[in-house]
Amino acid sequence: MKILVFVNHVPDTETKVKIGSDGKVIDPAGVNYMLNPYDEIGVEEALKTKQQFGGEVVVVSLGGDPNKETLRKALAMGCDKAVLLKDPAIRDSYAVARSLADYAKEYGADVIFCGKQSIDYDDAQVGGLIAEMLGIPSVSVVVKLEIKEGHFIAEREIEGGHEIVHSKLPAVITAQKGLNEPRYPSLKGIMDAKRKPIEEKVPNAVESRVVTEVMRKPPAKAQGKIVGSDASAAAELVRLLHEEAKVI
Amino acid sequence: MKILAFAEQRNGQFKKTAFEIVKAAKTVADQLNGEVIAVVIGKDIASIAGQLGGFGAAKVIAVEDARLELYSTTAYSKVIADVATAQSASILMLPASEMGKDVAPRVAVKLNGGLAAGCTMLTVENGSVKAARPVYAGKGLVDVVVTTSTKIFTLRPNVFTAGNSTDSSAVVETMKIEFSDADFSAAVKEVKAASGKKDVAEADIIVSGGRGLKGPENFAMIEDLAGTLGAAVGASRAAVDAGWRTHDEQVGQTGKTVSPSLYVAVAISGAVQHLAGMSSSKYIVAVNKDKDAPIFSIADYGIVGDAFEVIPAITAEVKKLLGK
Repeated sequence: MKILVFVNHVPDTETKVKIGSDGKVIDPAGVNYMLNPYDEIGVEEALKTKQQFGGEVVVVSLGGDPNKETLRKALAMGCDKAVLLKDPAIRDSYAVARSLADYAKEYGADVIFCGKQSIDYDDAQVGGLIAEMLGIPSVSVVVKLEIKEGHFIAEREIEGGHEIVHSKLPAVITAQKGLNEPRYPSLKGIMDAKRKPIEEKVPNAVESRVVTEVMRKPPAKAQGKIVGSDASAAAELVRLLHEEAKVI
Repeated sequence: MKILAFAEQRNGQFKKTAFEIVKAAKTVADQLNGEVIAVVIGKDIASIAGQLGGFGAAKVIAVEDARLELYSTTAYSKVIADVATAQSASILMLPASEMGKDVAPRVAVKLNGGLAAGCTMLTVENGSVKAARPVYAGKGLVDVVVTTSTKIFTLRPNVFTAGNSTDSSAVVETMKIEFSDADFSAAVKEVKAASGKKDVAEADIIVSGGRGLKGPENFAMIEDLAGTLGAAVGASRAAVDAGWRTHDEQVGQTGKTVSPSLYVAVAISGAVQHLAGMSSSKYIVAVNKDKDAPIFSIADYGIVGDAFEVIPAITAEVKKLLGK
């Protein structure tokens, strides 16, 4: 089976956002980057799929040279090949998806995995965009997956429950926490990853459709009120919530 | 100028977001001399379609088919795109719910439009719509414009207010769409509801617990307070990673980003990634033993004390207030 997994290289969750000098993106100074955690779940599911059906797993990332660190991590986990679609320019989800879909088409993937969203722009649309561009089915926010010959059953998380989706391959699956427990790269995996080449390709330029005019910090909150220091404050707290905030 | 609003329903009942989307669309339409057309998709749903008139829809298109009873990403996206084209809508608004987030990208590709996702504010400037959307789980905000002629927006639930229904009515039309089997190449066959559980993404009040609760058994008092308030139970990443609670309850950058009217954080210190997921809540209450816990920096009301004593006392006071 030809298995593709798309990964993004994102600031880690401890990052405190500082706006960059252009006022449109964050200042990357001092920020630690990592493999997007939902994409990591996608990598694990791709590797499990290979264990079941054989074939190869190709991991692809679009961005600049720093994305190689994330590709190496995916190789260390066990992916067979890595491809960097090299373009350091800022792209919106549409422009990213267009180039990833072009790659998927050229490669002829049987199944495509990615995370349900990147934790930087939280757009949650790249998987669906790629599927529609390729004219294939997709299931997003997947917490359980069972692939059989040519078709599959996926369970996706919705508000207050799960939906059981029946579909067929090729398809795009976007991973949600709970789908699997991503493996830690073994020492051998890390050593092997250093020797595996990362293929570089230059994708076509694609114009973004959603353009950022300005990035700003959310308005700061006024200092709150400390109501008390033990159970005796409960009555006053409930009174404030009822009479002042009017939320209960 | 026409705005198409996707009104999500499940089991023949509109989700609260359906009214929020129609009302938000109406607010924008009024500034652009436009009108709102809503679309409802399902089986036997024409009878509820009229409700949307009270929130500002001039017309509602009901698309009914037995196969549309449960969600299908392929079929629903076809319906929305077909209706948008038939009605010449240049702006589409959908909820950033699990259904809306799933269907919107496909609709965007079909209509060759750009999609601004998870918006929390829409403004009209010089005849065009500008959206604000949180990034990095709310640690930042970006003001964006969509440059294509067809513009698609998903709006975060619980942020836009629907207000009360007025007595305005809408024209309800049914539209017949021909489907092939390929249109259902991905289709929901069954919905498994978590029994009676409120979801944090939809809840108006959330009571969340963290590592300071020391063990899963102590979430009983969180559930108690949540039950009394009619709230959803949330959890910090630490509580989920420890296996005390399931991931669907996790609030934060790698869980759910929420904006309830009241968020009660119990024994949660307030890591950056947690604050990111809940700081846009309208009111925040923090109960924590550590007076220096970062959670107090964003709390409207705080009790610096032992959750094991404070929470049962709050529950008792709420019961008294509500006459329970």
